[in-house]
Amino acid sequence: MLPSRAMTGKAVGRSVPRREADAKLRGQARYVGDVTMPGMLHGATVRSQVARGRLRAIHFGPEVRWDEYVVVTAADIIAAGGVNTVALIVDHDQPALVGIGDIIAHREEPVVLLAHPDPHALEPARRAIRLEVEPLPAVLTLDDALAARTVVYGEDNVIKSYGIDKGDVDAAFAAAEVVSEGVYETGAQEQLYIENNGMIGALEGDVVTVWGSMQCPYYVQKGLMKCFGVGPERARVVQLETGGGFGGKEEYPSILGIHVALLARKAGRPVRILYDRGEDMAATTKRHPSRTRVRSAARRDGTLTALDIDFVLDGGAYATLSQVVLSRGTIHAAGPYSVANVRVRGRAMATSTPPHGAFRGFGAPQSIFALERHLDEVAHKLGLTPEALRRKNFVTKGGELATGQLVRDDIDLGALLGSALALADWERKRTDIAAERARSGAPLRRRGLGLATFLHGTGFTGSGEKYLASVVGVEGMADGRVRVLASSTEIGQGTQTVFAQIAADALGVDMADVEVATPDTRDVPNSGPTVASRTCTIVGKLVETAAHTLRARLVAAGLLPADGGGDLRAAVQRHLATLGPLRALAQYEAPPYVKWDEGAFRGDAYGAYSWGVYVAEVEVDMLTYEARVLDFVAAQEVGRVIHPVLATGQIEGGVAQGIGWALYENVVWRDGVMSNNRMTDYIMPTSEDIPPIRVLFAEAPYPYGPFGAKGIGELPMDGPAPAILNAIEDALGVSIRRIPATPEVIMDAVEGAGASNGDGAGAGAGVAGAGVAGAA
Amino acid sequence: MPPQPQPPQPPTAGSKVVLTLTVNGEAAEVAFEPHKTLLEVLREDLALTGTKHGCELGECGACAVLVDGKPVLSCLMLALECGGASVTTVEGLARGAQLDPLQDAFADLGAAQCGYCTPGILVTARALLDQHPAPTRPQIEEALAGNLCRCTGYLSIYQAVEQAARKAR
Repeated sequence: MLPSRAMTGKAVGRSVPRREADAKLRGQARYVGDVTMPGMLHGATVRSQVARGRLRAIHFGPEVRWDEYVVVTAADIIAAGGVNTVALIVDHDQPALVGIGDIIAHREEPVVLLAHPDPHALEPARRAIRLEVEPLPAVLTLDDALAARTVVYGEDNVIKSYGIDKGDVDAAFAAAEVVSEGVYETGAQEQLYIENNGMIGALEGDVVTVWGSMQCPYYVQKGLMKCFGVGPERARVVQLETGGGFGGKEEYPSILGIHVALLARKAGRPVRILYDRGEDMAATTKRHPSRTRVRSAARRDGTLTALDIDFVLDGGAYATLSQVVLSRGTIHAAGPYSVANVRVRGRAMATSTPPHGAFRGFGAPQSIFALERHLDEVAHKLGLTPEALRRKNFVTKGGELATGQLVRDDIDLGALLGSALALADWERKRTDIAAERARSGAPLRRRGLGLATFLHGTGFTGSGEKYLASVVGVEGMADGRVRVLASSTEIGQGTQTVFAQIAADALGVDMADVEVATPDTRDVPNSGPTVASRTCTIVGKLVETAAHTLRARLVAAGLLPADGGGDLRAAVQRHLATLGPLRALAQYEAPPYVKWDEGAFRGDAYGAYSWGVYVAEVEVDMLTYEARVLDFVAAQEVGRVIHPVLATGQIEGGVAQGIGWALYENVVWRDGVMSNNRMTDYIMPTSEDIPPIRVLFAEAPYPYGPFGAKGIGELPMDGPAPAILNAIEDALGVSIRRIPATPEVIMDAVEGAGASNGDGAGAGAGVAGAGVAGAA
Repeated sequence: MPPQPQPPQPPTAGSKVVLTLTVNGEAAEVAFEPHKTLLEVLREDLALTGTKHGCELGECGACAVLVDGKPVLSCLMLALECGGASVTTVEGLARGAQLDPLQDAFADLGAAQCGYCTPGILVTARALLDQHPAPTRPQIEEALAGNLCRCTGYLSIYQAVEQAARKAR
């Protein structure tokens, strides 16, 4: 892989008109609910309804005319010679359908699939099916999973564990001047894309085909191949317009894709399943709940000498993606700091809830929340400002992160922090707030300021990108334009626009000369999943490389001048007429310096990182204990910004989701399932909850990203929650260690004076007194 | 063993009602089953799929349309209630190739990301601008408070509404 040339084109770096916009704005974009096929049936899912048990029998009630319905159970998979599994990372993890005699591992497991021409006929039939289940003990909390008195996974409920060891942590604690400790918890979070999951399945000859809302067409194809026992030529997956994903359509579409395909095979006609909101919220994946114990050793001057972090995720009933979420969370747990001695222990535990899965940030927001909250407590203890403590410990270019990775990015976190604080008017606001506090003894509203500094690794963790070995193609078309072939999906972030910008500038042509193919496994190579902030930087780099290769081929054939310029359309057409098809492929190669030891969890965990400093101003109403974000600054270094409007949109949208996670979004669990599974009871931010968000990009081009771009999509999820909770501590003088910080949580913290939040030795650090450091 | 499938039957055709209304400026006569919501009739009987299902409980605003110029949640309104009414959906905003100034501004400022909430937000904002040609930021926030957007964080949407208002003056 060659470093990107430092060239400037006509498209990259500019907010060119977005390709996807017109159809969406006219109401002409076709989402799965807008697509019907001749003879199409409507499908529904009958679920397990118990947290854990063994399925003994399925009874079909006499009140329904079953001959009108298509009915699929696990027996149909086996009878057709397939394997009853949803292949993802682990081939044999969760079943596609729970069969008679099988274990039910959570309340939302699919058991029976139904289809009927009339969608209104599905609900009566679903209710007429009774499952006979032998109940088994369930594990409904993380504490129960850790205690392992009931084992629901492996020998001890541990799905996966990782460890990072750097230096001599025990010796550093023995010699420490100040030791601090706290336990920090984050709740589940629902992705809440506005378009629910939905898919259509059909047989095209002997090809099982699925269309729908998804992030990762090749994941769905892998699932179909295993479950149907067919090769890639007999399993086709096509993405339709997708109404948001945020990770929630990374893995679940594999299950749903299998389901519609099973129904379609049995029905002999197309079948569509559209989840309604309640089903989507209850049954599909959410962000992993977490509990992190952070112990730190510091000198009195603020130098951190050791971090000892125990990071635990609730993975739910199956392994799914938990090991990968855990690895990212474990690596990000020690933050953007240079600490000589670090120990991180990460564990993903199994419980009897529906599996938790991908959600923007993928484990990193959880461990970053813990560390960034902890550092504010340490700063207060040492009498330092939060910014001074961080400045003392920032990693610099050439410095070493927890895994031993040396920082190659041209990053100056001190300068980024300075820019963020200046933009936030931090010093003046701090003075004002101190004056406010001096004036009135018990104000009705209390203001506070908080910040968080963090990093986010670009692309898959560790050896992930090498294993994926993604491929992108660029091909010449009959009219002389070129077409980008990639499986990366447009899910709102502007994939097609960004790929067209990169290809156009790499080829030296107008964007009008570039088409971007719809992800369809029949037509496009596997450029990997649309996850992990990898689309623009990793796949975009392959677009750039393939475009360069295509151009070089035309130059070698004497159809274009070697020194740039020339008529690409004419050259492509001449090539097709005289030399035949023109297609260039590029396959991922790691930057040459990347070395990663998966066993020791040491080395270059990512090719590069994006870096952020976020600042929140918060107000707490002392009558209702509602916290509200008044102002927000998001400063980040993400390499070259390819499209400023789209990039800003990623940051603003991510910050809004972070505000929701921090303050409002509370998944209430009852008997192992989300009980508040509707939008009135699960509160995401509305237009009245979002403060002004000022977005600042520092740009240090990354040589191995297209035109210097790094990852961006997940970064804005990492900073808001700790910045907001740090601001709440600043406002109240009480440290809250759990999110969402709903009014109830804040009330407990204030009226219980910190006694009821957190657990363990660190609780004393919760009360910092009214005159918080820096404000007195 | 579960029952084996038979050839599926078409849905039993219940008795339909016929209603006359104006949709996107054109008179329409539509026959539909009387239990259907306005959302279902628009999508299934008039083939106007720009208006979206989001929750069908009146919680998300994805199904918003204008009835006689006022935003309503079409998932909560029976189509039967719309006899003689004038209904505007997202498909009715543009004039051929010419986008509504709101659609232009949404395109310029990245106010539509995944696009799924966009139809409901566009018509709601259209009603706001028709009533208040120069809305304040709090008026925009309040007008759109019933339309959930998970992608944008709303700020680009406000800016787009403001830009459309400026350009119309």
